[in-house]
Amino acid sequence: MSAAYSYDGTYGGLLCCLSETYEKKEMPAEVLSPEDTQTTLYPVREIATDPEKAARADAAIAEKISPAARELARLGLLTCLAQKELWILRFLRLGFHYGGDAVFMLANRTVLTLNKAVQNLKNESHQYEGFVRFSVFGGALTSVIEPKNRVLPLLAPHFCDRYANEAFLIYDRTHGMALVYQADRREIIPLDDLILPEPDEKELEYRRLWRTMYRTIAIRERNNPKCRRTHMPKRYWKYLTEFQSDDFPRRRSGENSPVRKTAGNALQLPPGRGKMKEY
Amino acid sequence: MDVLEKLKILTDAAKYDAACTSSGVSRGGAKSGMGNACPAGVCHSFAADGRCISLLKVLMTNCCAYDCKFCVNRRSNDVPRAAFTPRELADLTMNFYRRNYIEGLFLSSGILGTPDNTCERMIETLRILREEYRFRGYIHAKAIPGADGVLISALGALADRMSVNIELPSQKSLSLLAPQKSKGAILGPMGYITEKIKQNSTEIVKYRHAPRFAPAGQSTQMIVGATPDTDYRILRLTEGLYRRYGLKRVFFSAYIPVSDDPMLPLRGTRPPLLREHRLYQADWLLRFYGFQAEELLDEGHQSFHPLIDPKCNWAVDHMERFPVDVNRAPYETLLRVPGVGVKSARRIVSARRFSSLRREDLKKLGVVLKRAQFFIRCAGREERLPGLTRETALRALISDSCRSLLPSGGEQLSLFDSAPAGEEARRWPEASR
Repeated sequence: MSAAYSYDGTYGGLLCCLSETYEKKEMPAEVLSPEDTQTTLYPVREIATDPEKAARADAAIAEKISPAARELARLGLLTCLAQKELWILRFLRLGFHYGGDAVFMLANRTVLTLNKAVQNLKNESHQYEGFVRFSVFGGALTSVIEPKNRVLPLLAPHFCDRYANEAFLIYDRTHGMALVYQADRREIIPLDDLILPEPDEKELEYRRLWRTMYRTIAIRERNNPKCRRTHMPKRYWKYLTEFQSDDFPRRRSGENSPVRKTAGNALQLPPGRGKMKEY
Repeated sequence: MDVLEKLKILTDAAKYDAACTSSGVSRGGAKSGMGNACPAGVCHSFAADGRCISLLKVLMTNCCAYDCKFCVNRRSNDVPRAAFTPRELADLTMNFYRRNYIEGLFLSSGILGTPDNTCERMIETLRILREEYRFRGYIHAKAIPGADGVLISALGALADRMSVNIELPSQKSLSLLAPQKSKGAILGPMGYITEKIKQNSTEIVKYRHAPRFAPAGQSTQMIVGATPDTDYRILRLTEGLYRRYGLKRVFFSAYIPVSDDPMLPLRGTRPPLLREHRLYQADWLLRFYGFQAEELLDEGHQSFHPLIDPKCNWAVDHMERFPVDVNRAPYETLLRVPGVGVKSARRIVSARRFSSLRREDLKKLGVVLKRAQFFIRCAGREERLPGLTRETALRALISDSCRSLLPSGGEQLSLFDSAPAGEEARRWPEASR
């Protein structure tokens, strides 16, 4: 009878699951990570993460399949693909069978699914290179995003290079993670919530200038809302400065009403503690 | 006048410039300054008209000595005028860039006094950015026609991309609508920049630290629909510009009436957006698909088919070349199949090494079967379409958005109608080409 594996959510942990499938000559029906809250009917087997075993598997992937396959598997774990662990396991087993050709077998369902998911991750990450909006609070840059995939590891090299001399923080609200960079040190840390201070006059001034520029640059005779939504889907709008209103609504502390869904207060978070509710 | 007001006036004056790309140069960041540039470019926002906003696109000033009839900034037009000081503009750019609003600066200008004077102000802005603020982001600068060669060189040494607008597609249109500009005055600096870029590329080979000149190359733009110039003429010119001047991009801008001059389309005329779209499609075919302008249009066919794209149009006129066997045909032939693009052609070449491709595999690879189905042969059960003629293929290739342009207007056919149903359908293919 097939089992469900439970692992610690890391790449190394997943590689130990891979070893397990070879040792036991089986394929799990499900792979559960600590984030999965759903219960399963299958008997759950805890797969312990053994760094040595993981390193051995990792080297084997690069050698017996290809470095590109390793990259695909690593990135696969950052995607929002449903049951991504299973797809990665299937892909790696396929790779050990076919060798380096596996990444090019795009007509294969497993390879295609994983490839598409990784493509989606890369696309989203590239879009966020443009759609991240920083606010300056006391000399440091702060931004909030709500991506579908875990884009922070992909965004890190870009922004750390670009703002090498700054201190910044990008908070990924979906996954409760933040990318923090200051003076050559960068880290991705878990973060439950982020409460932003009131912006100062200079910050408000530049937001106004940007909104003015944004509104003016559009040619009225060419208005094309569908084209805009195609390139910049509405789910991004919430945190974009250009869609907030000029008179920034000031919220008194103590007031703990849920965030309204207007464009104006995207950066205004209720001052409560703990994990933010989804809204 | 405060910066907000200036920004409003000078953005409004710059919005008709089509180019807003930030691609073509790779430059890492540095501790001493801010910014980097990546080869693919980054779009930071999209305006209500669906155009990408990647750069802070403004004019240095919208005061202009020229009186080009098609231009919103012409001397005789009664609009508010403003001018940035170099310092103001540099500060604005840095602050926008720091907040990740933009990828860099697109700087153009009206002619304030003399071309040289204008060019000097632009150079000063770029100098502050590059030398004082150590800005390493993207800068696109417009070369001012008529400015001294020394100044153009100085501008190119600070900018990533240079452009000179060709404005109108023929000398005749130019002398009618922009009497102060001539073909020579435009092509002069364009040739000069091309020469400098070529010279620079050999220097780079010799000396690793040779200063770069416009590393992202040169582009241009022309207005479509202000003059009677045909698509054929525009496409030939475009091809010539790519070949002779090595341009990276040619942009087309559908003319939006901003003047009451009797030689121009009336105010309120809708801009020829579909025509612009077709020109861009053809432009891509020239740059990435190995097509020649002569293959797409010729003396007998001067304008694009309004209902189907240039590639489909070429394919239905060359039915003898199809169907193409996707499991055998070379990459170049695959590229010519409607519904197959650069990416899917590459994927086909990669995937067919391991298994022969069936129709459903092609779909997975991103081929648009709606268009490709008439032109390919693949493995597996073959579904030949009976009696495929030019007309039936044409009808099937029209996209949903273009179907509304059909003369019949989507009226439901009735079995008991006295008029023969085929009548309308037979009429449009001849009428529209």
